[in-house]
Amino acid sequence: MDYHSPASFAEASALAANATGITRFLAGGTDVLVQLRSELVTPDTLIDIKKIDGVRDINCNANGSWTLGVAATGAEMSEHPDLGRDWPGVVEAMDLIGSTQVQGRATLTGNLCNGSPAADSVPAMVAAGVTVTVTGPDGDREVAVEDIPIGPGKTSLVQGELISAVHIPARGDNGGDAYLRFIPRTEMDIAVVGVGVNLRLDGDTVTEARVSLGAVAPTVLLVEDCAKSIIGSTLDDAALDTLAAAASAACNPIDDKRGTIAFRTEVAGVLAKRAAKIAYARAKGEQA
Amino acid sequence: MSKFHVSTTVNGDTVEYLCDPRETLLDCLRDKLNLTGAKEGCGTGDCGACSVTVDGRLVCSCLMLGVEADGKQIETVEGIAEGDVLHPLQKKFIEHAALQCGICTPGILVAAKSLLEKNPNPTEEETRYWLAGNLCRCTGYDKIIRAVMETAEELREAS
Repeated sequence: MDYHSPASFAEASALAANATGITRFLAGGTDVLVQLRSELVTPDTLIDIKKIDGVRDINCNANGSWTLGVAATGAEMSEHPDLGRDWPGVVEAMDLIGSTQVQGRATLTGNLCNGSPAADSVPAMVAAGVTVTVTGPDGDREVAVEDIPIGPGKTSLVQGELISAVHIPARGDNGGDAYLRFIPRTEMDIAVVGVGVNLRLDGDTVTEARVSLGAVAPTVLLVEDCAKSIIGSTLDDAALDTLAAAASAACNPIDDKRGTIAFRTEVAGVLAKRAAKIAYARAKGEQA
Repeated sequence: MSKFHVSTTVNGDTVEYLCDPRETLLDCLRDKLNLTGAKEGCGTGDCGACSVTVDGRLVCSCLMLGVEADGKQIETVEGIAEGDVLHPLQKKFIEHAALQCGICTPGILVAAKSLLEKNPNPTEEETRYWLAGNLCRCTGYDKIIRAVMETAEELREAS
């Protein structure tokens, strides 16, 4: 295994573009090292991106949007004084992943590029409308988070491409987000179902919404029917029931030891309602 | 395969080693530096027996490569006591018999010390969540939690 620690994303991209065999990028390593140790994936080329300037930064831009370096950890996101005030759903979703020790290393970008349909931070990012900068041999492009995973363990990135920054939109007024997952324990488990909701209000009425489901399909889903079911409503019981039905209808899950198809389909609706209520309360400035 | 020269600081001492890029920090601590306090329980970041701090941040040393330690400040369980004087957490673990086989204990001591440095007055719930990544199959956790809570109280009174 060749180990590289380039000083720029362009250099990292060139290394990957010219590499043969299996290439992995190393940020927090909480998936890459597990795969390496269990001999599931032994990279021929390992490119550590943590020597690149700014990869640990969490910056609020002048317009209120956020730019996160690809090696900013879950612990750093949770400890940030302002990020969680703007985007509590994104920060809480990231914080649900693994133990204190894992939080000290794990990153949003790693969670995204691992390609797990059950990745906790991904539905929250999709709901929030997060985009990433992808650096490749031909330069940079902006990609929506929902367009990165294309199947379990697979991403739309091609050889030589890597994510070089994470962009979270400005929170703006009267908005709120939330992420909830179901696990059979209280901590340290993988989502059986995850739901991210992000919405904006005008008075009591929902004017914008994005709803995302995790662990119920081969990739995290952005479900437009869910958003439509609550836009224009005051999140009354009828709207919540329509939302739940739309969430369940969008599910295409597998049966496995952690949950059956029927269970996941049902719980997706239940969690969609609960997450929407939390996001709504947050948008109204209430504690939730 | 070429080896990497790593220069790092462990428990305040500057150390150097040569490592293969596949070797974890845990491998390097145990096999090259003879610091065998950190244990390999699972090797996949689930059990916390290999916990150390890197630049003050609690991590699993099995989930970090030895080459990544270059230029970092590493603290292991060997650095907790000052010479023959045990850290209050260590004394309290003995007093409470908060260990049986002892494999998890170095990781739990490092993790608990890290908690008390960040939060000198944790609730029991906060302590349990903080230590959720440190598995113990002997004690049932009760004595561990009591030992940490009492140490926290003692350290607050002392300061």
